[in-house]
Amino acid sequence: MNWDFFTKLPMPVGENGGGMAHAIIGTIKLLFVAVAIGFPVGLMGGIYLSEFDGKSRFAYSVRYAADLLNGIPSIVIGIFVYIIVVLPMKHFSTLAGGIALGMIMIPIVLKGTEEFLKLVPSTLREAGLALGMPEWRVILTIVLPTAFPGVMTSMMLAIARVSGETAPLLFTAFGNRYFSAGWMEPTASLPAMIYTYSISPYEDWKRQAWAAGAVLLLLVFLTNIISRSFLRPKKMV
Amino acid sequence: MTIKSVLEVLNLSASFGTHSVLKAISFSVTTEQITAIIGPSGCGKSTFLRCVNRMHEVVHGASISGDILLNGASVYGKDVDPVLIRRRVGMVFQKPTPFPTMSIYNNVAVGLRLNGLKKQAILDEQVTESLQKVALWDEVKDRLSKPGTSLSGGQQQRLCIARALAVNPEVLLLDEPTSALDPMSSGKIEELLRELKKNYTIVIVTHNMQQAARISDTTGFFLTGELIEFGATKTIFTTPKDTRTEDYITGRFG
Repeated sequence: MNWDFFTKLPMPVGENGGGMAHAIIGTIKLLFVAVAIGFPVGLMGGIYLSEFDGKSRFAYSVRYAADLLNGIPSIVIGIFVYIIVVLPMKHFSTLAGGIALGMIMIPIVLKGTEEFLKLVPSTLREAGLALGMPEWRVILTIVLPTAFPGVMTSMMLAIARVSGETAPLLFTAFGNRYFSAGWMEPTASLPAMIYTYSISPYEDWKRQAWAAGAVLLLLVFLTNIISRSFLRPKKMV
Repeated sequence: MTIKSVLEVLNLSASFGTHSVLKAISFSVTTEQITAIIGPSGCGKSTFLRCVNRMHEVVHGASISGDILLNGASVYGKDVDPVLIRRRVGMVFQKPTPFPTMSIYNNVAVGLRLNGLKKQAILDEQVTESLQKVALWDEVKDRLSKPGTSLSGGQQQRLCIARALAVNPEVLLLDEPTSALDPMSSGKIEELLRELKKNYTIVIVTHNMQQAARISDTTGFFLTGELIEFGATKTIFTTPKDTRTEDYITGRFG
């Protein structure tokens, strides 16, 4: 692994060198779309289940659906997105890949959020209400901040989980030998690169697959560190 | 001094589902007094407090009948917003409940901000004043930005009282505020309540009969959801009219 690996495109077979810059960018873009879908939906769903109406029939079906979604093999989600996004658009795209990953994230974030919100003692909610706070304000200013580290953890867990997903991307983001031209174009991604390179017969590609694996790990690790440093309890005044 | 009743309880009944917790309670609380409510566990003392600030209805399946007048106006009127009632009635719970993600300062300021106060200077002033009222200022003035949960139990409880007082409530409700505290901290809080009653009307639920006798002017004795006796604390503790009150106070049951 050298600097070229991060900045260059792959070389044709037989030539040494080249890199995976397009796949690194691709993975970041895919994760971006996935987070944009998975975080808000999961978070709001978790808040709904924990704070509103958690015992209604609808809440039970939401919970059940989330468990199901969690249990669906990721390749099936890939096929699903292929049918509802790729086919109508008539081509593979970064967007479709991100949607597939986002769908995998939803149940993880949702269940995590619900569990961590439920851990917030009800006495705190009552104290907020007794102070004359409307319910939404109790949730925003007391319950969510108190549960925040936990909620954040489940979000990081979701990112770590989907950044290694390969199967759903094969049907959605597909792959690309070059930089993806936009959100609507197919894109390369690290897991998909690892997959193709590692089953290839070329020694050089196999080496690069290992390197891509290391980069992927590093990427997840960095996301964790950055988000944690952002969200470290700020000085309270 | 004109006797003005701040809180008037009219034929109040409350229940959870089919389980009736309060049965037709009526009494009134006058201004600048401490009213103690005593009685064995499960007799509806806490439920009564929660009816006053409409926290009773937060629980699923809870219902209520009768009425409570707060300074003459119904708390349960048709177009009364419970959220606004709760701003006029302060409440302190058994376990101290400072908001863990907020600093000492913010724990007090949160109620003020709720009422639309934004100017930093006024906030500072009111927070200081509230903390002084509960005699906590000298202990925390150098660490206002530390989390509220970093304080000791007794300090946390006083912080909660300061939080409730910051918005200038018409009545202060305390639900066994000292039962989770050591005798020293309890003593401090009792002393504080005696001081506060000059400006506030206080209703305190307590399991500690000595405490009720020490600090209250009026006492109500609850038993299985009924108000057995209500009157001047001295009378209740020396010459109770009802034998059940006497039995409870002398420790024969409960």
